[in-house]
Amino acid sequence: MLGFISRRLLSGVLLLLVTSSVAYFLMFASSNSIAINLLVDRPILARYFDWLGHAVTGNLGKSWLSSESISESLLSRLGVTLTLVGVVIILAAIIATILGMLAAVKGGWIDRLVQVIGITGFAVPNFVVAIFLVTVFAIQTPIFPATGWVPFSEDPKQWLMSLALPVSALVLGTVASSAQQIRSAIKSVLERDWVRTLKSRGIPQREILFKHVLRAAAPAGLTVLSLQFVGLLGGVVIIEQLFALPGMGYLAVSSTTSGDTPVVMGVVVYTVILVIVVNLLVDLLNGWLNPKNRVK
Amino acid sequence: MTNNTPTQNAHSTEIIRRSLIGRLLRNPLTLVSGSFLLILVVSGVFAQFLAPFDPQATDINAVLSPINSKHLLGTDSAGRDVLSRIIFGVQSTLISAVITIVTSIVIGVPAGMIAGYFGRKLDAVSNWISNMLQSLPAIIVLLAVSASFGNSIFVSMFVFGVLITPGFFRLTRTAVMGVRNELYVDAARVSGLGDFRIIIRHIFGVVRAPIIIQAAMISGIAISVQSGLAFLGLGDPKLISWGVMLNEGFVNIFSSPTLVVWPGLAISSTIGAFALLGNAIRDALEDSQKVETSSSKSKYKRNSSKLATNDSSKSKSNHMLTVQNLSVGYAQGDGSLKKVVSDVSFELNKGEVLGIVGESGSGKSQTAFSILGLLPANAIIASGHIEFEGHELVSRETGAIRQKELAAFRGKRIAYIPQEPMSNLDPAFTIGYQLIRPVTQILKLSKDEARKKVLGILDMVGIVNPERVMSLYPHEISGGMAQRVLIAGAISCEPDLLIADEPTTALDVTVQAEVLDLLRDLQKRLGMGMVLVTHNFGVVADLADRVIVMQYGKVVEQGGVRELLRSPQEPYTKILLGSMLEGKTPMTMLTESQRDSK
Repeated sequence: MLGFISRRLLSGVLLLLVTSSVAYFLMFASSNSIAINLLVDRPILARYFDWLGHAVTGNLGKSWLSSESISESLLSRLGVTLTLVGVVIILAAIIATILGMLAAVKGGWIDRLVQVIGITGFAVPNFVVAIFLVTVFAIQTPIFPATGWVPFSEDPKQWLMSLALPVSALVLGTVASSAQQIRSAIKSVLERDWVRTLKSRGIPQREILFKHVLRAAAPAGLTVLSLQFVGLLGGVVIIEQLFALPGMGYLAVSSTTSGDTPVVMGVVVYTVILVIVVNLLVDLLNGWLNPKNRVK
Repeated sequence: MTNNTPTQNAHSTEIIRRSLIGRLLRNPLTLVSGSFLLILVVSGVFAQFLAPFDPQATDINAVLSPINSKHLLGTDSAGRDVLSRIIFGVQSTLISAVITIVTSIVIGVPAGMIAGYFGRKLDAVSNWISNMLQSLPAIIVLLAVSASFGNSIFVSMFVFGVLITPGFFRLTRTAVMGVRNELYVDAARVSGLGDFRIIIRHIFGVVRAPIIIQAAMISGIAISVQSGLAFLGLGDPKLISWGVMLNEGFVNIFSSPTLVVWPGLAISSTIGAFALLGNAIRDALEDSQKVETSSSKSKYKRNSSKLATNDSSKSKSNHMLTVQNLSVGYAQGDGSLKKVVSDVSFELNKGEVLGIVGESGSGKSQTAFSILGLLPANAIIASGHIEFEGHELVSRETGAIRQKELAAFRGKRIAYIPQEPMSNLDPAFTIGYQLIRPVTQILKLSKDEARKKVLGILDMVGIVNPERVMSLYPHEISGGMAQRVLIAGAISCEPDLLIADEPTTALDVTVQAEVLDLLRDLQKRLGMGMVLVTHNFGVVADLADRVIVMQYGKVVEQGGVRELLRSPQEPYTKILLGSMLEGKTPMTMLTESQRDSK
């Protein structure tokens, strides 16, 4: 188990190193940054190692525009993004599992409904959903605020209100793509021999489904959700922009537009770290779920 | 059932392809999505001629004008004609899809072929790169690309194509790995074709259809990403794009809410059309290989009137178990019903052991599962009924399995011993849990009482250290022990009827004998009735009182075990017995030639 974790960690560090290096050279060697390159008379390789040396200690440099510490401004925005993505993942996991379970067990119209949701969620991008939601629920019938963010500590009720539309916009697509995969994961578990044997022993159907089948389908479901997490880190960029939420994605777009390359670089690094951490968590959870990997 | 190997696929590719196009054209979804995409392509190519206005021409006198006869979809905040801009927007939309698809196919497919065919280190490296690409959120990378290369649709869609390469890479790699060791590739290798030509010729046939499906899906994703970038203001400034229109509409959402509707509709319906087309192709492919599932159950009407005449003595039988005229089938793609059990009848009395003998595919296991009500979901009981002590398990009138009645019996009165020990225990729960839980459920004992009972039963089935075994997970015990555990599970609630499906087949020969001894002993001691499904006459001779011989779903011969073994009447029984007497189990279908000559 320990070997497994350290291997995954090593692989994660390697991933971070490769992606950040590629990103660094692409961004700082390209034409857009020439003006800045002229100001700094050191070769790019030397500057890269400087950057790397600082980055390892958690120092990602300063913004060209505001001279703020990039790590600090990213950390202050991480909360918003993680809240958004976290709430979406949890909600989507619950809804997709219920739908996937119903579709796998009952079949019929629920199965078809899940397929329709799948195609609809795929066809309508989250920002189109968001615009629709804003038009209907913020402008025509102003129930929720159209834009803005209220921190939880300030006003929990307003916090919830400010989350409602962005979360809904992201949940549809996430449910759409995961429900079908969870459905097929559950379906394949239902065909296993031991499910039939459990039925033959007189265990109630409900218990078989929720205790045994769900447990066996969990690794597949977690993998689906971890891929969804990666997708959401991208999707949240547009949604934060659209709802003016002060998250990492919002910062990424504004720094890209203004050419604040080091900040964009910082966003890339943070995103990759998030992905690595989540993948590691999923691996650990999967390992824990499988008794073969559990340490005695 | 649908265990089609790639070899079979390749052999029947021609037939599948022909029926595939027919199937596709018959599907209305294909027609709708296909013609929509065709119209899209045409309007993209001929945008100059089709658009009523110059998409960039501003008209200060007609700013944000509503839908009218001059501007069919109205104008935007600069007085530009929305319809013309939608038509020109097709260009950037389709270009982005094409760039992405071409890039990812050109990289992904060859990489997948090489990785899948040559394997080893090459495979490990490309797999790692593929995993890496999959763990990068596309939009973030594209922001970084925009920051360094500016907002060019060609650059960003090329990069997106690279990012989404794993889609094609994995698909090709898996397909190639599957095909690599197939016989015909070996044959081609022997016949002197170069490695590269082997890959191209044989493998491309297999991956072509999945690649088309994947391409349709990725086109949709590419359009979504391109629109998203444009919406963020990071699109190509030279191009008219639906995403930009959406952004402009969103800015004017208070004054003219319809402006967001048209580009939103255009984006969604285009992606939807790609998705539907991909789905339709996949469905058509699957349909030509798979049998249809349960949805068509109602088509098969039972002939219950015929049954009633057959069964004039409606009085309840004195037997513990009565199976009468049972037929079980599976619906086929062409609408027919493939019967795996036909017209099987037998009875079983208390304390009696009935052996059902036959080769694999003779329908003996399906018969056993019918009694338990545990047939696969797509199985159809086409005729007959099953009674257990006067209770109908399969209804005489409708042929429906009466799950409620059965649920009351399963585990309590009727128990089941499966064939394959290792796959019949839930790997995530301990042996102890899996044995105790049914006892607390059925016998309503407390956990401690149930535990004591289970310990006793484990001891009875010959497990030496029951306490320890209870704490183990299924992967920690041997096959023989697992089968003992399953037998313990079956008898734990003292059933009256035991259905044993090849209880010794998966075990080593020495263990087989022990388990048979155990079963004989338990059956005698508990006075259970038993339906023993096996392909092995030795097992039958050992345990059974009466025997049924089955072939192709039908009962060939039945009778007392001594008579049948001494003087078999039917030629099939003789062949089956003959192969047994040589001390071998039949390796191949003995009667393939018989069937052919029919």
